Order: sequence, then structure tokens, then C-alpha cells
Amino acid sequence: MVKELTYPFDGDEIMQKKKKLLRVLKEHESGAVPLRIAMLGGSTTHDIIAVLELFLRDRGIVPAFYESEYAQYFNDAVFPNKELEEFKPEIVFIHTTSRNIEEKPKVGEDGAAVAEKLEREYKRYEKMWTSISEKYGCTVIQNNFELPPERLLGNREVGCAYGRIDFITRLNCKMYDYAQSHKNFYIHDINYLSAAYGLDRWHELRHWHLYKYAMSVSAIPDFAYSLSSIICSVMGRNKKVLALDLDNTLWGGVIGDDGQAGIEIGSETSEGQSFKRLQEFIKAHKELGVLLTVCSKNDHENAISGLEHPDGALKPDDFACIKANWDEKWRNLNESAQELNLLPESFVFVDDNPVERDIVRAQSPEINVLDFETPEECIRAIDRCGYFEVTSLSADDAARGEMYKANAQRAEAEKKFESYDDFLLSLEMKAEIRDFDEVHLPRITQLTNKSNQFNVTTKRYTQSEMEAVAADNEHIRLCGRLEDKFGDNGIVSVVIGRKEAEKLHIELWLMSCRVLKRDMEYAMLDTLVGECRKQGIGEIVGYYYPTKKNAMVKELFGDFGFEKVSEDADGNTVWRLKVEGYANKNKAINVN
Amino acid sequence: MDKEKIKARLNEVFRDVFDDEGIELSEDTTADDIDGWDSLEHITLISAVEKAFKMRFTMKEVSGMKNVGEMIDILAERAKKI
Repeated sequence: MVKELTYPFDGDEIMQKKKKLLRVLKEHESGAVPLRIAMLGGSTTHDIIAVLELFLRDRGIVPAFYESEYAQYFNDAVFPNKELEEFKPEIVFIHTTSRNIEEKPKVGEDGAAVAEKLEREYKRYEKMWTSISEKYGCTVIQNNFELPPERLLGNREVGCAYGRIDFITRLNCKMYDYAQSHKNFYIHDINYLSAAYGLDRWHELRHWHLYKYAMSVSAIPDFAYSLSSIICSVMGRNKKVLALDLDNTLWGGVIGDDGQAGIEIGSETSEGQSFKRLQEFIKAHKELGVLLTVCSKNDHENAISGLEHPDGALKPDDFACIKANWDEKWRNLNESAQELNLLPESFVFVDDNPVERDIVRAQSPEINVLDFETPEECIRAIDRCGYFEVTSLSADDAARGEMYKANAQRAEAEKKFESYDDFLLSLEMKAEIRDFDEVHLPRITQLTNKSNQFNVTTKRYTQSEMEAVAADNEHIRLCGRLEDKFGDNGIVSVVIGRKEAEKLHIELWLMSCRVLKRDMEYAMLDTLVGECRKQGIGEIVGYYYPTKKNAMVKELFGDFGFEKVSEDADGNTVWRLKVEGYANKNKAINVN
Repeated sequence: MDKEKIKARLNEVFRDVFDDEGIELSEDTTADDIDGWDSLEHITLISAVEKAFKMRFTMKEVSGMKNVGEMIDILAERAKKI
């Protein structure tokens, strides 16, 4: 992570140093994912692209851009365009603003006439979205409309048939209705963004008249950051964990000194209210699938007594892992990551103490650290950092905390058994391994894009690419759900193979680290071989592409009984397995 | 205001914007002399100069400046900070 690009950043500094920042990012690039983005602008997009590239590269995505000619957004979206077709966009971003609204209500016009204009204006947009999804089948991101820099009718611009802001608001609502009923379509809420930035500062009219930027040049980094949060989320790059300090972070005061009755939390004092609001905001993230952990310098029993404060919103049970001890925090964070089978880079560390933050930054640079002083600022930092931007919410997300808790119970149970096989049998595991279906596609895509460790090819798919794979006959697809007596883990493994002349080429083989060492990979292989037999495929070809994170599956195919065919200088390996003579490996899981 | 001091500060801004530590401005320097100084990067440059000197160019000035000397003249008159 480049410090200048981390929230809260200085937008002017980013603009001034963008060349240098790009050079630095390019020098440190490794294991990044490419992404093709088409930006169809209704106003100048040059620096939006330049700064968006910085934020995306900082999150491990290397974008290639198609940029439409000035204000050609509609033509590019609707009419044949060879260049864009060849570019094959994975994401189309339509950068329109209130300045692109063509139909405007006239003062004194009646409701019916305005409604007609509204429909005509809206249809222009709908036509673009339909055309793009038909032609490219890709993700679409669309700005909503921001409020204009001035008003003619004053307050009467709303609540009046011919009010211009009334018109813009209704236009936005129509877009939201479309978003609610269409997949792979996301609104970039510049109406909120410009309000939060300050509408008067946002509309720097000199920059419109001189350069045709629809916003102040200083606001471009805020704009691009907000857009990058949607893109990172679509690409499965969200962070997964909020790791929280306790004293003066989740409550006012020091539990070890002040005791449970002495800390500030709850509705009695203004400070207590402020911490309560923060606790509620953090707790709400559990519903989004964000895991909560504690990382605090405290005696364990004191930490628990603070979390058991009757007026607090967060309880000990809300945390997937509690580290309250006197060790270095960066060590505790890394241990928590290990226990949860997650990478440190998926952690966001929240601590009021700037010294602790700096030590974590220095010792574990891959951990994300938020800067704030007060509980109010902390809420804003968690919100605006965009690390938990929601673009899809699967049923698994809300249950994730429970799944990790069940894992802790399994770890306890494991200690009681002499042999690991006995332990596995005692779990009474049941798996459902099937072809993809529509209901599970969002989760399959989400899991695919965020699995880094148990993942042989680290191939990423947009939702629409995954839909295409799910619909064709050239692929064999499996997704596996695993359940045991402690709970349902949901979909935990995905395999995709491409058929070619009686061979199956493995394009994707991944598994959630939640279910490591449960023999689920064997159950998947058994099912895959069974499916190959049915379809007359004689050989399975496996590929392993090393990344910084997937060393744990380097020998996966070898362990499966594949024979290594080749290895190149970069460590990429190719493996093959004859289907004939394969004997099932899974013994512990009851499948389907 | 001291034009030499303005030039020195301006030099820092130019080096930042064009990511080139070798830039040495003179009054005669124009866009042709600096790699990357095109109409699009002019926008970044103007904003960075405005921020550094706590002032704003008029729209006429933004499109009318012919060389660094003219920029320095305007700054000498209106800059609130060097």
C-alpha cells in the first residue's frame, strides 16, 4: 500500500504527484490482476482515468482503459464500435453527470409534460445499459446525477412539477429501480459524494469552462477512489476483518484501571453515546460478512469484562477471535490471521493509538491501518475507506461469523481424538457437489475472486464471465458445499475444467481455507473423475501457477496422484492424471 | 515579491508534476521545452501552482500564458505564499 493513496488522502497531493506515484506503483508491481475498463464520458475523463489507475494498482489490479472521445458516451454505448468490441471491456463505466441531462423542465410546465420528458431522458440511459449488456455482457457502473451548482427557483426546485432538482431526483430514482432489478449493474453515487465533499467546492466552474471537467480537479481523487471501491468489490478485493483495539477505541477509558463501571459506553454521557454508536456501526458490519476480532493490550479477563458491559453493543460472542494480552499487536494480528486461515492483507486494524498504528504499519505493511482520533472519525474512516464496499451480498456473508465460530468448536473437538481420521469421521460431514446453478453463481464468483491461498491458477472471473462459463457445454463445473455436525460451511470449493479432445484442462481449482484438512478436495476430485468417466474423458490436465500466496497447493496435483509433465523457469507446472484406474480417495465425507 | 524565490518554488512544483528532477526553469521555458507538458497536464500544473502559491489564475490567464516568465509575473503580483 502506498501511503499517499491510503484513505484519508490529500487529493491535491495525489494530483500533483500522480506521475511519480504511477512510477512507484509500477516498480513494485507483483502478482497483479489485469482488468479492461471502458470509460464512456459525458465530460473530460483524462485525469479520472489517471488517478483511478493509481488506486486500482494500489489494490493489486492493473487496468487497461478504453476512453471514449469527448462526450461520445451515448454513441459508444449504442452504436457499433469496432475498437470497443475488440477491446472486450470487462467493466463499462458511464461517466455522465447533471451536465449531460438533455431534457429539462420549463418553468410553468404541467406535470404530464414533465413526466414525458423524464421518461424520454431516462430511456436514453436504459438504452445504453441494455445495449452494453447485450453486446459485451459485462459489468456496468453508472454515475447517478449530482445536484446542480445553482438554483433558479430556490427551495421551489423541489416539490414542484417543473423544479429542476425535483426532476433530477426522480431521474435518479428511476436509475435505482433499474439497479434493483438488474445484476452486474451498479450505481456510482456521486450525488452523495458531491454532498459529502461540499457541493460548492465540487462545482469548480472554472474547471468546467476551461477543461470540461464536471467537477473540481481537486475532487478527482475522491471521485476516483469511490469508483475504485466499487471495482475492487466487484473483483472480490474487499477486506474481510475488522481487528479492533479496546481501550479508548471501543469505549472511553482503560478497563484495567477504571473497571467495568468506570468505562464510558452507553447512553449516560455524550462520550459514552459516541462509543456506543461506533460499536453499533461495527456490529452492523457482521451482517455484511465482515469478521470482527479483538487486538488489545489487556488482561484477557479485563477485556471480556469490558465487552460484557451491559450498555455496550458488542459482546464477546460477536468476535471470531479475541487477542487480549501484552504481546506486540502485529504479532497478535498475524496470529489471528493464521487461526482464521486468512491473509494479513485482509485485515483492517482499528486503534486510537497512533504509535501502535505505526508499529503495525512498519512490522506488517500488508495490514491496512485506519487513521482517526475520535469515535466519530473512526466511523467515518470505516465507511469512507471503502474496504467493505458492498456490491453483492450472498446468504453466506451474513452467516460467516457463525461459520468461524463453528470452526473454533471443531478445533476444540479435534483435541479429544487420538487419530485425525477418527476426528474427521466424528464430524459427520456431508457434502453436496454439483454443477453450478443460478442461485449460487454470485457466491461462486465471490469465492473465486477472493481465494488466494488454496487456488492453483488464481484465475479471476467477473460475474458475467462466470455466467458464460455456467451456460456453455465446453466446461465441466463443480461447486461443493460442506456441512458437518457443527454447522453448514456453505459453498467452499469450485472447480472448472475445459473439455478438449477427450482431455479436461483444469482452469480453476480452489477451496476456502475454512475447510482445510477436511478431505473436501478429495471429495471434489472423486466427483470430477466420475463426471469425466460419464462424458468419455480419458485424461485430466492440471496446471499450477505460483503466486506469492498459493504455495500451499504447489504439490496438490502430485498429492492427488497426477504425474508431473513439465515445469518452466517460473515454477509453472503441468500435471496429468489418467481417469482409468483412478480409485476414490475420500473416506470421511458423505457426498450428495 | 521576489521573482527568484518564486522561480525556485515553481521549479519544485514543475519537478513534482512532470516527475523529472532535472527540470531547471528559466523565464523563457515553454511547454515545448518540457517533456509531458501538454494541454492535459497543463491542468494538473495550473492546479498545483495555484495550491502552492495560494492564488487562482483567471480563465484568461490559464489559456493565455506563453512561457514561465509570464507565469512568474502573474505570481509576483498575486501570490499569497511562496
